[in-house]
Amino acid sequence: MSASLPSRKRGQKRERQGRSLREVLRILGGTWIRGNRLENPAEPRSEGKKKLLANERSFVMMIEFDPWSTVKNRDIDDEGQQKFDDIIAADEKVEPRDWMPEGYRATVIRQMAQHAHSEVIGMQPEANWILRAPTLLRKSILIAKVQDEAGHGLYLYSATETLGVSRHELEDLLHRGRQKYSSIFNYPTLSWADMGTIGWLVDGAAIVNQIVLQGTSYGPYSRAMVKICKEESFHARQGFSILMALTSGSDAQKAMAQDSMDRWWWPALMMFGPHDSESTHTEESMAWKIKRMSNDDLRQKFIDQTVPQAHYLGLKIPDPELRFDSETEQWRTGEIDWDEFWAVVKGDGPLNRERISHKVRAWEDGAWVRAGASAYADKQVEMLDKSA
Amino acid sequence: MTTKEDTTIATGQFGVYLIRHADDNLVLGQRLAEYVTRAPDLEEELAVANIALDHIGLATHLFTYAATLVDGDTSADDLAMLRSEREYSNVLLVEQPHDGFGDVMVRQFLFDAYQLLLWQALSTSGDSTLSGIAQRAEREATYHLRHSSNWLIRLGDGTSESHSRMQQSINRMWRFTGELFESDELDVAVAASGVGADPVELEGAWRACVADVIDEATLSIPEDPYQASGGRSGIHTEHLGPMLAEMQSLARSYPGLSW
Repeated sequence: MSASLPSRKRGQKRERQGRSLREVLRILGGTWIRGNRLENPAEPRSEGKKKLLANERSFVMMIEFDPWSTVKNRDIDDEGQQKFDDIIAADEKVEPRDWMPEGYRATVIRQMAQHAHSEVIGMQPEANWILRAPTLLRKSILIAKVQDEAGHGLYLYSATETLGVSRHELEDLLHRGRQKYSSIFNYPTLSWADMGTIGWLVDGAAIVNQIVLQGTSYGPYSRAMVKICKEESFHARQGFSILMALTSGSDAQKAMAQDSMDRWWWPALMMFGPHDSESTHTEESMAWKIKRMSNDDLRQKFIDQTVPQAHYLGLKIPDPELRFDSETEQWRTGEIDWDEFWAVVKGDGPLNRERISHKVRAWEDGAWVRAGASAYADKQVEMLDKSA
Repeated sequence: MTTKEDTTIATGQFGVYLIRHADDNLVLGQRLAEYVTRAPDLEEELAVANIALDHIGLATHLFTYAATLVDGDTSADDLAMLRSEREYSNVLLVEQPHDGFGDVMVRQFLFDAYQLLLWQALSTSGDSTLSGIAQRAEREATYHLRHSSNWLIRLGDGTSESHSRMQQSINRMWRFTGELFESDELDVAVAASGVGADPVELEGAWRACVADVIDEATLSIPEDPYQASGGRSGIHTEHLGPMLAEMQSLARSYPGLSW
């Protein structure tokens, strides 16, 4: 069982019937949720109280998460296994309440959590240029993009929670270095051109991966990918648009774009992970249809679509061995520097320490805010209980 | 028959009036953007980025319109990127730096309440372009105020630590609120001509709204009567200069280029 899964004593059961309003509200963070109304019919709501509560938002941060609520049966289950195998064989989706093998659950949690962490950590290198964006329009677009990433993170964490693990458990694993995020975000953004290159290459690579992931076997992940892909394609286009402006601009702007290309090309290729022969998770993930295409195949797809775009922009690809294979009609690149790849994965990239310490600092700085909000929610519950 | 007094305002002067409000929004948007990736949780990351985006979007609309009215050949980006701190006319409140979420939300709350009243007043401006901008801004400000006042109440009436931090933030920001309701010749002129709003007239409603929320948050309004002033005439605190230096660094390093 993966370290990321919460432990439960065998036979431990949660009584889910007959919860008091107080308990239900506490689980929901003491909030009234509009749309999915949770109201105490015995409670006459005064205007003041209405005002106080009407706009309360749901704080997932305060959810006392019951990781087992979505799990029917975690023991070996022959019938469940058969049903699971049938779903996979028929190319259908596994849903949160379906029985699934522990390994499958752990793998999907690991992959989705890593994806969510990448979205959130990925905000940092771009936020580095929001304040210096050269025009009002570029500034707005960049903020919107970084905001999208927070949204993707939230969405993916929520989808991961369907597997019985809470967002804050996952964040904690990230903060302690027990779960990873995409290594690409450990590289620094050193010029405005990097905002273009990240959109074009990094989001471009992510899209290649994510389009295939729309076909992944876990239902909530697959559906998350459909939504996220739409926004990612906007991100990639805005990146390309930044580079179009630079490569058709002054010599200084062209040089800025080329320098950025030189720094990001290889890390972008590394985003697809090690060669298939070196990848520990590929075979099992392919059998479970979590992964639908291998690392090397995805990388090749990305290279073939990106090289002509670089030529269109007039950017030189920093690879003396790059050539077109006319037999397979594919672009062949030189070998990736795998020493660099593994160093960054293992924590020794240019900014690994900074990225995590920034994240941890924000989390710790926010502790009094979360505690305050939580205490306030408790007070509201007390007030309701008293008047009920 | 009475002769109607000529209250028409010069086009250039109206542009200057718009730039004041554009400056307020750009500077606050930039301050909020500084906080992106530093929020207490993901939901708040989304909210802070979203509100920053609203302010910068509003500034862009106002600058774009103002650029067609003021003298000389200029653009929205020129107005944002090529003016110095002496030329910026934002109120001092929005340029104040923040040390943590309490400052971010208190600054926001005090300004949101003002902006909501301002855009309500300007939504009936005799200038149709400005009233259009104002109607949209009013909807955004309504949401912003709801968000920031909820946080004030939540954290004011949360733990003793959150209460004391929020009170400190109010104490820090309060001296920059009086300026919001100072009126100069330009304000009076635009109000008289029916295209602008006199800030003096917003003060009563602002005080009632702010006192209400602060009271509900179990916090208090500081007793120190001192109020700072000068932003509208370009006399800023020392915090604006470094902010503009950072914001304008790229645009100024490569003058005249397209991005």
